Amino acid sequence: MTDPLLKVRGLKIGATIYPPGEKPRDIEIVHGVDFDLAPGKVLGLIGESGAGKSTIGLSSMAYGRGGVEITGGEVWVNGRDILKSRLRDVRALRGGEVTYVSQSAAASFNPAKKIMEQVIEAAVGHGKFSRRDAEERAVGLFRKLGLPEPETIGNRYPHQVSGGQLQRCMTALALCPEPDLVVFDEPTTALDVTTQIDVLAAIKEAIRDTGVAALYITHDLAVVAQVSDDIMVLRMGETVEYGPVDQIINAPQQDYTRALVSVRSIRHEEKSPGTDPVLRVGSVTARYKGTAFDVLHDVNVELHPGQTLAVVGESGSGKSTLARVITGLLPPSEGQIDFAGRVLSPDLKGRSIEDLRELQMIYQMADVAMNPRQTVGTIIGRPLEFYFGLRGAEKQKRIKELLDEIEMGDGFIDRYPAELSGGQKQRVCIARALAAKPRMIICDEVTSALDPLVADGILKLLLELQKIEDVAYLFITHDLATVRAIADSIAVMHRGKVVRYGPKSKVLAPPFDDYTDLLLSSVPEMKLGWLEDVIANRRMESAGN
Amino acid sequence: MHPVLKLVAQRIALSTLLLLAASVLIFVGTTILPGDVAQQILGQSATPESLANLRAELGLNDPAVTRYLAWLGAALQGDLGTALTNGRDIAESLGQRLGNTMFLAFWAAVISVPLAIFLGLLAVRFRDRWPDKLISGVTLASISIPEFLIGYVLMYFFAVKLGWAPSVAMINDSMSVWQKLNAIALPVGVLTLVVLAHMMRMTRAAILNVMQSAYIETAELKGLSTFSVIRRHAFPNAVAPIVNVVMLNLAYLVVGVVVIEVVFVYPGMGQYLVDHVAKRDVPVVQACGLVFAAVYIGLNMIADIVSILANPRLRHPK
Repeated sequence: MTDPLLKVRGLKIGATIYPPGEKPRDIEIVHGVDFDLAPGKVLGLIGESGAGKSTIGLSSMAYGRGGVEITGGEVWVNGRDILKSRLRDVRALRGGEVTYVSQSAAASFNPAKKIMEQVIEAAVGHGKFSRRDAEERAVGLFRKLGLPEPETIGNRYPHQVSGGQLQRCMTALALCPEPDLVVFDEPTTALDVTTQIDVLAAIKEAIRDTGVAALYITHDLAVVAQVSDDIMVLRMGETVEYGPVDQIINAPQQDYTRALVSVRSIRHEEKSPGTDPVLRVGSVTARYKGTAFDVLHDVNVELHPGQTLAVVGESGSGKSTLARVITGLLPPSEGQIDFAGRVLSPDLKGRSIEDLRELQMIYQMADVAMNPRQTVGTIIGRPLEFYFGLRGAEKQKRIKELLDEIEMGDGFIDRYPAELSGGQKQRVCIARALAAKPRMIICDEVTSALDPLVADGILKLLLELQKIEDVAYLFITHDLATVRAIADSIAVMHRGKVVRYGPKSKVLAPPFDDYTDLLLSSVPEMKLGWLEDVIANRRMESAGN
Repeated sequence: MHPVLKLVAQRIALSTLLLLAASVLIFVGTTILPGDVAQQILGQSATPESLANLRAELGLNDPAVTRYLAWLGAALQGDLGTALTNGRDIAESLGQRLGNTMFLAFWAAVISVPLAIFLGLLAVRFRDRWPDKLISGVTLASISIPEFLIGYVLMYFFAVKLGWAPSVAMINDSMSVWQKLNAIALPVGVLTLVVLAHMMRMTRAAILNVMQSAYIETAELKGLSTFSVIRRHAFPNAVAPIVNVVMLNLAYLVVGVVVIEVVFVYPGMGQYLVDHVAKRDVPVVQACGLVFAAVYIGLNMIADIVSILANPRLRHPK
């Protein structure tokens, strides 16, 4: 075997944390990690948030984000221990030998500078290429990455291109100085599935053609399986399992890896629709004030008591706007909302307290949906007071019942949101919605911000509660795996229209319309070679047309 | 029309409107002040008849609206009237005084603005280390001490003890530029010390705010040196707030120099205003007010326009 390009031994990383009301203290977040990366190979780093994967990735550039500091171990790049190098040499390495692609290209590009200037900055600054050569190289990379108008796109400013395009520009930025190693930090996580697959294919092709080595960081095992040679599974700063991709996916040795591979184990049998729907959205068309086009166009869906309607679509498809219309935040320009046998006032102000109580909401970002200065008990107790006038011991009893229902227990009553984990916060939000004893809850991307295993727990809890409380869910999501797991009926939205609607078994069975087909085939599968198959299929189809 | 042009036109229109409103306030304010110009002019020799005659002559008996419109119309044509106290044309003496004040403000700005921005960049570069603390401490001290005190302290050391510069900043047309500069060295020094802290601290805060952005991390991971990261990536995005505070301070240099002009007996607008307020010379006070308001509003308008032009999203729409 050739000498490794990157050799990491006993890497320890620490950080200073500032717990509220206490003295700052130092904690260790990565506890001694070892791995090797040969030239031209791809190592996938996978784990949940807080596993230390980004931190480890950045350590290959001797960089600590925020208050993070590398406290021990060795990081060898091209035969030098960069942790012992002088700052000058480390700077020569950053952006020269090792480059970085971040999760949010939108935030990582300087808004005040043209794309080309930023793409070639490192290559020119390190003296690797002359300005003209670097620009030529960048145009070549733009072309290879499938960007439109590769000759001129560099003259635009970051806000003038789309998110998926900018992510590809970021990849071009990383590849431009001809590095030996690129650190990809969740490069497709912020993108829609149909965009993700293109960017993923572009990245994979660029890695193959340039022979660069890569660290590919993600929380999505199905994605990393498509691009990696080896995979390292991390949890709480420690290696759980490290091996070739084939072994990790097909024969995982550790329980934790097995859980990651088999996530979304939920089986939910579709219920047949009853007679009277609890919610009927009738021919709703809506637009935002001051805009000239309809965000929703003639939307018709129904939701039956105790069932789940999944509204699925990509960003900009109008799914969250539908929720705003149903809750009365955006009165529709045409159509009406029937709820529990009555017509709801289009405007929130015209709705009765009973209307408000029976229609609750759970949001994507649990931590901003709660007042950080209120305890869990106060947060859950508020709807009990407001809708039912509960006070004192009675209220306390009901709060404890609700905490039991969300499997948290009454030990949490006096805790503040900042003291809870992401999953626990979302559970508290569920309890707050349930406290109103609603007929229907709108769940807006409630699991999108959570790690897969935690999200799984939340979905199980929601299904469990649906059985007990007989509550209906309108479940807004972009994640088709979630839809499969919990829906009874599905509405697929695209550009403000419902393009496919019906019971789950019908919507997810062929023959598909073009958009649903594209959407379904873009969801990464935990299967080696999936990406190549899909791309090859699409090429064949477009060649056949 | 390009959206930026539209925004800039809006700013200019708004500023004009604001200036008009300020002129109303100035006129109303000086009109409702107690006291009577005619009484002031005639002093001891006033008889009821001579008072009435003088009032009629000065147009003080006309309705306020008529007087305002006449005043504004004349002011727009560059005629600010004549001073009651000495009968001289206000526009002429004011022009000379304003020129002197601008001369002082210009040199104070030429020194203080680049210095403040450079010190701000330096403070960011060495954030929380001794250079940062030293810069912050010294500038904060200089803004906290009253400016007349700084003025007298500088005068004592540099004029009296060392004899480097005159203690009285008298200038006139017969002096060469070099002589003038020597004359105003001390007031420029004091003004620089007074406005430095504000601009430097704003520069530091604005750049530090930008330094939290993800694109700064990208720049650091390109292997750029800290100073090029600040200069090339942070500064262009911090221009808007910095320009705002710079303009505010430039306005202060023109409008707020009263104390310094009095301390150094400098023949500028400030002293002119103070003299004539004491003599209740209403037309002069009105004219000075109008000029100050125009300078203030004009500089802030420039700051707004620069902020608009500095925003790439507005400059290059999708």
